[in-house]
Amino acid sequence: MKHRRQRNLVLTFIAAAASIFMFTQNASAQESQYFPVASSRVGPYSAMGTGYYGAQIDYMNYVNMNGGVNGVMLTWQECETEYNAVKTVECYQRLLEKDGQRIVVFDTLGTPGAYAVINRMAEDQVVLAQYGYGRTDAADGRVWPWVFNAASHYWSQIAVKMKFMAEQEGGIDKMKGKKIVHLHIDSAYGREPLPAMRKIAEDWGVTLVEISIPPPGLEQQSQWLQIRRENPDWVTFWGAGSGMNSTAMTNAARVGFPRERMIYVTFGAAEEDMYPAGDAAKGTYAMANALPGDQYPLVQRIKEQVYGSGKGNLADEKRVGSVYWNRGLGAAVMWVEALRIAQEMHNKVGKAVTGAEFRDGYEALNMTEERLGEIGVKGMVAPFAISCANHEGAGKFAMMQWDGTKFVQVTDWEAPLDPGFIRKLVEESAAKFASENNITPKQCS
Amino acid sequence: MTEFLFFIEVVVGGLLAGTMYSLVALGFVLIYKASSTFNFAQGAMVFFAVLAFVGLMELGLPFVLAFFATVFLMFLVGYFTERLVLKPLMNQSEDTMLMATIGLGFVLEGLAQAAWGVEVRRLDLGIGDFPIPWIADSTGLFISALDLTAGTVSISMIIGLSILFKYTKMGLGLRAVADDAGAASSIGIPLKSIMLMVWTTAGIVALIAGMMWGARAGVQFALVDLALKALPVLIIGGFSSIPGAIVGGLIIGATEKVLEVYIGPFFGGAIEGWAPYVLAIFFLLYRPEGLFGEKIIRRV
Repeated sequence: MKHRRQRNLVLTFIAAAASIFMFTQNASAQESQYFPVASSRVGPYSAMGTGYYGAQIDYMNYVNMNGGVNGVMLTWQECETEYNAVKTVECYQRLLEKDGQRIVVFDTLGTPGAYAVINRMAEDQVVLAQYGYGRTDAADGRVWPWVFNAASHYWSQIAVKMKFMAEQEGGIDKMKGKKIVHLHIDSAYGREPLPAMRKIAEDWGVTLVEISIPPPGLEQQSQWLQIRRENPDWVTFWGAGSGMNSTAMTNAARVGFPRERMIYVTFGAAEEDMYPAGDAAKGTYAMANALPGDQYPLVQRIKEQVYGSGKGNLADEKRVGSVYWNRGLGAAVMWVEALRIAQEMHNKVGKAVTGAEFRDGYEALNMTEERLGEIGVKGMVAPFAISCANHEGAGKFAMMQWDGTKFVQVTDWEAPLDPGFIRKLVEESAAKFASENNITPKQCS
Repeated sequence: MTEFLFFIEVVVGGLLAGTMYSLVALGFVLIYKASSTFNFAQGAMVFFAVLAFVGLMELGLPFVLAFFATVFLMFLVGYFTERLVLKPLMNQSEDTMLMATIGLGFVLEGLAQAAWGVEVRRLDLGIGDFPIPWIADSTGLFISALDLTAGTVSISMIIGLSILFKYTKMGLGLRAVADDAGAASSIGIPLKSIMLMVWTTAGIVALIAGMMWGARAGVQFALVDLALKALPVLIIGGFSSIPGAIVGGLIIGATEKVLEVYIGPFFGGAIEGWAPYVLAIFFLLYRPEGLFGEKIIRRV
């Protein structure tokens, strides 16, 4: 009797140990894909960082709550860059590997950070996903196979802005003799659109005046006095950080420059940039590569499932659907879609993919109207496709106008008047870079 | 608009901007007068104070109550700074104190963001930042009510603080502590109270500076960087001079605007970020104590 009891005890112990072993085996068998979140939640760019990266985390949570990507669960790790290029490199290094798995994509949400890591991408086999920012000529995938600037880069953006001005003035022929001030932060990001802008201005007979603002740009009196003297027809504003962005509008009001003649860059086109300026912001135009609003089905589902279960990343749920949050959602949707395509392309459905496989998936992105509808973001972003040579995607932007409390969309998704001309500039710039750096452009069939 | 009138507008605009810099510089001067330490945390104090003020108003406190509650909060900041930072570091080198204020700045930045969040807030003081019509009509100069208010507030504060430190017992005590803390303590001057008073006053100055800047640019983290604008003002005006803060501010404001508008285009613009520092370096070379600072004489 005693022996039997001892035997049962031993068997029970073995069974328990076996079940624990099986459980851990199952748990470790659960495939996962690791993503880096190089966030900027503190400092002058925090409004942008909290919204954008908050959306990425919210979407990854949402995907996991719905079974992952073909069963592959998404994991992530965060590192604070404070929108600082040096810290971005530090974060890149820190986030590069976790539990033996390497990142497949990196998103700096800033041109300075993108420039700081861009030359590491090919060697490390990591995709640099510049969602509407960063190095423009990376749109030529033959020279920059690991770098993407979907959705749409700065040269297309400035071309769309100038097209909008021409439409408002009554046509390109009416632009001759007009004056545009390009007011920008004194950095590579502020000067990024200038190559395209100068060429278009020259072609149209427009006088272009370039005025720069030293960061952080809380004081812009001398710049706006110059603008008052120049008396331009339009101002294109290319600032960064809510301080600089809102101050430009209050200063415009101080010198009596109409806000209906100012067009803000995508990174000045958020609610957080408009609120501090109060009434001075009313009428300002701003560009969007992802439209704000919480009416999109995916946004609604994230609100219900993620925020409904208390797992939302934003402290203030009211920011869900704001410009930066929706932009972050657009970026995260592309990650997940690229992962799904990569799994299918490389017969790894239900398995994690490598950087090279993810790159293939990213390059095969085809976000048709139908596919965007299935995901639940139809209308939020312009439909686009990426190819081996074209890493820009749609090249389209929508114009919004601040009505004092919210953005109102005033145009549909618009492409530059001559997309071929912009593409030619991209290819010329990329070819120059390739020849200077002894890069043999990839052959795209 | 004639070129001369434009030049006048540039200079006037610079002078008005300079008064805003003076407001920030004043806080530095107060701490320097008491402890011969450059308070690197002053920019963070501006951000901390005005963010708390706006945060309290968001919680439903009326303007006046929120103002006094923030003053009390700045008193607490002063109290804990004295207890946890200054007292333990007493008799340490000036370099040690400098490092401590850098650390204090980071703590205040972090605390403010943790307590009130990182969203940019609007601060409406009810003072318009639009050109005053009658000035614009009669002179052609675009000057806003907020410009004039900032100038008036700066000058009033400088007069008030000058009187406080020159003609009151408290001011006398402060000057004694600044001169020789050990000797002042030995004759019964309460070091702790003096330090507390100075830090609280610097906190109030930070709040007012933050309100003026916040009304123009929004209440946000970038206010921390205002410290960078105050540094050349202090070098030119003198680290220990209250009137020097306003004179330095006016010189920096007017000079940077004139240089930016007339010389900037030859350098690709944006020179006002560094041009004041060039001026400050000249002062350091030829008049290191600044225009109004005390001449430092050391026995060799």
